[in-house]
Amino acid sequence: MSFSWAKPYEPKSALARWMDDRMPLPRLVYGAIGGGYPVPRNLNYFWNFGVLAGIFLTIQIVTGIVLAMHFMASADGGAFNTVNQLIMRDVNAGWLLRYAHMNGASFFFIVTYIHIFRGLYYGSYKAPRELVWMLGLVIYLLMMATAFMGYVLPWGQMSYWGAQVITGFFSAFPLVGEPIRVWLLGGYAPDQATVTRFFSLHYLLPFVIFGVVILHIWALHIPGSSNPTGVDVKNERDTLPFHPFYTAKDGWFAGAFLTLFVIVTYFAPDYLGHPDNYIPANPLSTPAHIVPEWYFWPFYAILKSFTVNFVLPAKLWGVLAMFSSILLLFLLPWLDTSPVRSGNYRPIFKRFFWLLVIDVALLGWAGGFAPTPMRVAVGQAATIYYFLHFLVILPIVGRIETPLPLPDSISSSVLHGEDAESAPAAIASKRPPRAKTVTAAN
Amino acid sequence: MIRVFGFLVGITFAGVLLISLISGVATYFADPPAALASTVFHEEPKALHLTSDGPFGKFDNRQLQRGFQVFSEVCTACHSLKLVAFRDLKQIGYNEPEVKKIASDWKIQVPSINDQTGEPATRPAIMSDTFPAPFANEVAARAANNNALPPDLSLITKAREGGAAYVYSLITGYQTQPAALLKQFPDAKTPDGLYYNPYFANLNIAMPPPLTSNGQVSYADGTNPTVDQMAKDIAAFLVWTAEPDLARRHADGIAVTIFLLFATVLGYMAYTQLWAEAKRKVAPVGPLDSANKARRSRAARAARITTSG
Repeated sequence: MSFSWAKPYEPKSALARWMDDRMPLPRLVYGAIGGGYPVPRNLNYFWNFGVLAGIFLTIQIVTGIVLAMHFMASADGGAFNTVNQLIMRDVNAGWLLRYAHMNGASFFFIVTYIHIFRGLYYGSYKAPRELVWMLGLVIYLLMMATAFMGYVLPWGQMSYWGAQVITGFFSAFPLVGEPIRVWLLGGYAPDQATVTRFFSLHYLLPFVIFGVVILHIWALHIPGSSNPTGVDVKNERDTLPFHPFYTAKDGWFAGAFLTLFVIVTYFAPDYLGHPDNYIPANPLSTPAHIVPEWYFWPFYAILKSFTVNFVLPAKLWGVLAMFSSILLLFLLPWLDTSPVRSGNYRPIFKRFFWLLVIDVALLGWAGGFAPTPMRVAVGQAATIYYFLHFLVILPIVGRIETPLPLPDSISSSVLHGEDAESAPAAIASKRPPRAKTVTAAN
Repeated sequence: MIRVFGFLVGITFAGVLLISLISGVATYFADPPAALASTVFHEEPKALHLTSDGPFGKFDNRQLQRGFQVFSEVCTACHSLKLVAFRDLKQIGYNEPEVKKIASDWKIQVPSINDQTGEPATRPAIMSDTFPAPFANEVAARAANNNALPPDLSLITKAREGGAAYVYSLITGYQTQPAALLKQFPDAKTPDGLYYNPYFANLNIAMPPPLTSNGQVSYADGTNPTVDQMAKDIAAFLVWTAEPDLARRHADGIAVTIFLLFATVLGYMAYTQLWAEAKRKVAPVGPLDSANKARRSRAARAARITTSG
């Protein structure tokens, strides 16, 4: 581990010693998420969302494995019926598994988006955590692929037409585009080959995500977690062992967040979905408005914002911009020129950050509903800001901004006047006089 | 280098978008989009309150049975209910002999084969069969319905924006086309063979009004069968067909939520207790810090003195 004061693992029983000499898995776990991982003591609740993302990944894998036992990847009504008849009606608690899996995907994205925006605000992507950030983006891309393919599996109208539209992105590229699309789908339109391969990949990718999560955590543990001040950990006073302090904090917060999850799952399970996906896929009937799941709305808005063939076809512009909108995040550690990590100490950056949050919300609104002239225009303006924010504003702000003075250390920022001299009266009165304690005992 | 490249990409995208934005705005003002009858005269579903609404909602079996009666006497002429089995009717209060009788008496028989010859044949339904469809296939369904396809009703309240309220509004929403509509949109006259219904997406629906007069169904439980009542009952029944486990889901959800809230409160108390110390103990400098307390009590033990801490 990175800090010299990290508590080394001490096997407590003969069995643990025997194990430790042969295959020190408990030592690994202790150093990763146990008492052997020192964590900055000043983390706020935004730092709980990484663990929450891990919890939702687990929920998705567990519910998904059981659902897969009952699912048949068949395009001629089989996939739709195994979901909506067999699983929802006949499998014991099948409705619960399916609703938990559907809403679990949405909640996985909710916590991931909060996790990402936390990283954006507190500069978690800056040196020495660039690889943590980039591995996180790889996880996010894998999540998007997994979620998209999972949404195709029930083979409803939105499944079918979503697959049609999203694989259609590739046909925007000249020459190679159409062959790639046909290769991905296994045919000229989504059909049996598409469902079977999407099912196979939808089962595979979560385990790939799990693997990259391990790399993400490994890379994180080299420099250690960042913190709301963005100031480096200096000594033992700045940290607390992960267990029991952060396991307790993550524990109760996970309970609170899971309560929200079960409320949606049990009382509004279809709220985040689209009614059209309860209509069986019909290649001959196009839905009035094809929209992806809510977590893709901002990207869908970027795609649709290009309406003019300027040198390149509008569709190609849209596809290039949509891919760029995610890929540019990989360059973020080098685009942001400020050496100060935390947005708390960056007055100009802070304003632009909140503008970005509003901007992405507007993009979602523009992408999620039927395109009216108003919505298209707002989507275009919001897309302009999105690119300017990352590619133009961030590099400039880092140069012109005067950051606020940083605290000397994490512990000095969270002392709460707890040094003996400045202790608040309420606590001071409970303390026996300092020098006399031991002498009194004598 | 990365920043220069990024800057150029950003400016390019922004420039192309600006052209798109300006041309969109220019088009909007030069050639404003014409209003459509289907947006101006379309109506949102009427309010409908069912016992299954809300987090504590349960089904009213008497209403579901009435709805089933409407379904079996009216809707089933054209609509299938493919995902629901006869045995599911036990959940809405029919007993087993009743369900067996409903299945075997069902006017549509189940496709089958002749045991001896293997020729296509039909047989009476049994409990484990799903409701047989009125038409053998889509071609037959369209041929009998002016080229429109009556949708399967199993999931209809989930498959339409507005759910049960939409079904109720649609069934009770037939009317003559308003004169104001024809005045504003002379070309939008409802074509022959279609019916004007402002709750339907494009205003003209191929389904003839299914419930036309009070008393069309005579309810076994003596409820007055007005068109409004029948429409409510069929909507309630179709909520049940879309999700027979709904009441179970609500009941389980309340138990799970209470359990999790309780666990969360316990977890929170554990957290505050654990952190109360950690938040104060930035460094072991004060006499109350556990490291110093431990040192003190060790010293006291060594001196064989009992202290209260």
